Amino acid sequence: MISVHNLHKSFGKLKVLDDVNVTLEAGQVVALIGPNGSGKTTFIRSILGMVKPEQGSILYNGQEILKAWKYRENIGYMPQLAKFPERIQVKELLDMMKDIRKNNKVDNIDEELIELFDLKKIYQKRTGTLSGGTKQKVSAALTFLFNPNVLILDEPTTGLDPVSAEILKNKITKEQSKQKLVLITSHILSDIEEVASHVMYLHEGKMQFVKSIEQLKMETQEVSLNKAIVKIMQQEIK
Amino acid sequence: MSRIIKYVMFDILRNRFVIGYCLFIMLITFGLLGLEEGSSKSTLSLLNIVLLVVPLISVVFATIHFYNSYEFMELLLSQPVRRSTIIYSEYFGVSCSLSFAFAIGMGVPLIFLNQGLVSVYLLLSGIVLTFVFVSIALLGAVNSKDKARGIGTSLLLWFFFTAIYDGLVLLIMFSFSDYPIEKYLLAFISLNPIDLARVAILLQMDTAVLMGYTGAVFSEFFNSWEGLIFASGLLLLWAILPMLLTVRIFKRKDL
Amino acid sequence: MNLVKSKILFSLLLLPCFFFAETIHVGAGYKFKTIKSAISQSKINDTILIHKGYYQEGTILIEKPLTIVGQDYPTLDGLHKIEILSVKSDNVNISGLKLINSGKSDVYDLAAIRVYKNKNIKISGNILENNFFGIFLSKSDHCTITNNKLSSTEQNQNDSGNGIHLLYCNNIFIENNHITGHRDGIYFEFVTESLIQKNISEGNIRYGLHFMFSSNDVYQENTFRNNGAGVAVMFSYKVKMIKNHYEHNWGAASYGLLLKEIRDGEITGNTFEKNTIGLSMEGTTRIKVSHNNFLHNGWGIKICGGCDQGVVTKNNLIGNTFDVSSSGSTLSNDFTGNYWDKYLGYDLNKDGLGDTPFFPVTLSSLIMEQVPTSLLYLHSFVLDLIDQSEKLLPQLIPQNIVDKKPTLKKF
Repeated sequence: MISVHNLHKSFGKLKVLDDVNVTLEAGQVVALIGPNGSGKTTFIRSILGMVKPEQGSILYNGQEILKAWKYRENIGYMPQLAKFPERIQVKELLDMMKDIRKNNKVDNIDEELIELFDLKKIYQKRTGTLSGGTKQKVSAALTFLFNPNVLILDEPTTGLDPVSAEILKNKITKEQSKQKLVLITSHILSDIEEVASHVMYLHEGKMQFVKSIEQLKMETQEVSLNKAIVKIMQQEIK
Repeated sequence: MSRIIKYVMFDILRNRFVIGYCLFIMLITFGLLGLEEGSSKSTLSLLNIVLLVVPLISVVFATIHFYNSYEFMELLLSQPVRRSTIIYSEYFGVSCSLSFAFAIGMGVPLIFLNQGLVSVYLLLSGIVLTFVFVSIALLGAVNSKDKARGIGTSLLLWFFFTAIYDGLVLLIMFSFSDYPIEKYLLAFISLNPIDLARVAILLQMDTAVLMGYTGAVFSEFFNSWEGLIFASGLLLLWAILPMLLTVRIFKRKDL
Repeated sequence: MNLVKSKILFSLLLLPCFFFAETIHVGAGYKFKTIKSAISQSKINDTILIHKGYYQEGTILIEKPLTIVGQDYPTLDGLHKIEILSVKSDNVNISGLKLINSGKSDVYDLAAIRVYKNKNIKISGNILENNFFGIFLSKSDHCTITNNKLSSTEQNQNDSGNGIHLLYCNNIFIENNHITGHRDGIYFEFVTESLIQKNISEGNIRYGLHFMFSSNDVYQENTFRNNGAGVAVMFSYKVKMIKNHYEHNWGAASYGLLLKEIRDGEITGNTFEKNTIGLSMEGTTRIKVSHNNFLHNGWGIKICGGCDQGVVTKNNLIGNTFDVSSSGSTLSNDFTGNYWDKYLGYDLNKDGLGDTPFFPVTLSSLIMEQVPTSLLYLHSFVLDLIDQSEKLLPQLIPQNIVDKKPTLKKF
């Protein structure tokens, strides 16, 4: 569904993405992991077109996206920290996003998360007054609102209370079953273990591997993902 | 694009700054036209507002608004929206709101107290200068990620066009006063939107005769259709060119 | 004894001339249909009364003392060809006529009324329209020109003559005339001991009033408005200019009053309002400028080179774009004790005078004097900045034009 070839990106002298090649398929929940500063967010933002890579190509369903924009109607993106225009009400925010997407096909609006997070209660509040966690909920709801084929979630459970985190994880699993691609970064490995089907590992801008969780556990001969990954990380450092 | 412009303007109106700006201009204009005897002196004061205050407010407000809209832009970037649409919306949203506020603020008192061609020139120049300096401000802002630096750059650009550039031209004129420098003066003035607006307005006033021989030559030119088209074309160019450059940079920028 | 007798007898013989001076009527219903025939039949000191009508008789020559009076403004038309009235005698009075369309010539200075080498001529209450020259006196003295209305619609300076034109005259009195549309409203060349007062000279192509080589004259309480330039006084001395109004002489090189190569003049109690240059001085010596109002001019006072021993005092300078500008050398001109609205000083000892001197020549005006092109930067922020900076660097501006005791109250 998304394939990345020879992707290079550096900020100044710092090489952030160094020849990344990967293909992600529909129906996968790919957990993007790696130490801090390994290039996870840059990789995500490259797919979204926010960061312009120096070299390489990114294909969505076979179409080059580097200078395109329309493909983004198929992507829902939940950033690490939800930022909204501050003076706008939650309801207005949702309406505005619907309005902006109007000329794109919005046949099915998915308001399930709005219901589950009970966001209608805070419809009249200004986004600037919301707590970090509530903002994350709004952000998550917005991500799933347009029923996109690809979901990109950057640290989605950070700041969420356990109940909400659970709702979100269930939602991810549900979307996976609809043959959608979910790309997720998280440092909370237990969360990943619950939802992910694959793990993509980045280290210092280099793609180390993409493997299914089963394969990973088998190779490391560990029962828990947690330990399997720690084992890999230690191997890398050596 | 119009949909996004609508949201940018919506956001600016909530800010209340623009309403304050409008009232401020209106209050000053009413004050100047009401208090000062002789319309020529009050017109000169209005000229100073158009040439100094309008560009300054445009530059500062556009820069601050750009940085404050970062979240909004980021939100839009993950949506199926062109990058150029985002920055153009920012440009038109900001300049339309500011020039609208200016036009109301200065236009209403002028309609009541000082109808005439000079007033039309004042209003048009103020509106065009708003677009010009929003465009220049965005060019400064899009080039630097740091808000303080961006505002600094914009202020410097404002000061450059307000004072430094003219100072340099005067210095050149002074140093080469033995040469027929008049020929190049039109070029010098054309390269500064504020000068262009100032000369265009002054030539509509009776103060124009004080500008001597060169003023007479300019007056003939600027009051012809060619001159009018030339001046307005240049001012529009000043509003468009920095913006085109801004769009180019914004499209290639990492956000 | 015999001599006395003969004198008395002579006087008696002359008496009829005075006692029996007749009034001769000219007009459609009268014995004389033409002015010329009436004049030829008239005796010395007769009155020719011209009734309302239209007369075109070529040049009318007046060669003996006569009083020529028009009733209800009879029209004398020169058909753009000739001089209308030619006065070649002393003691002629001309009044109540309407004189139109004198001839135009490059060779002869054709006028509506021309006076040659005479004295005691009185020209009053006439209307003169579309003449080349209006009233032209040469080599005459002790004449009065009062209450006339002169106008012309000629646009071109070369096709237009002066309203009241005096050449080699003295002791002339010019009062209450209204002159418009001529080249110069009033023109003096080698005219002395004369008084010009209460006239209105407006909308003339060149000057409202023009002095050349004319000395010991006074002009006062006149109004010069909307002329190409107000008044030019050149190559003259001892001219007094009192209580005149110089208004709105507004053009690229226009001024209210131009002084060029003159000395010992006095300019008192005048108002200069809305002129491009209020008072322009060049090559003047011992000129006293006092008690004048300089209001809303481009330049209040402009001093071009070679002015010395001038005194400028007790004037109000208000709302001028530049109060004083100076180019070239100016020596020992005294600018003490004026009111300047741009003066921002203080008066701690409460004597009504500012405690700090005022330098009326601004740095920007100095730049503009040096590089006239820079006038295009008028009212720009950078010139305001430059003028502010001269407060920090006062040595930049000329120190010889200074008001050491500026007053804080208007006169």
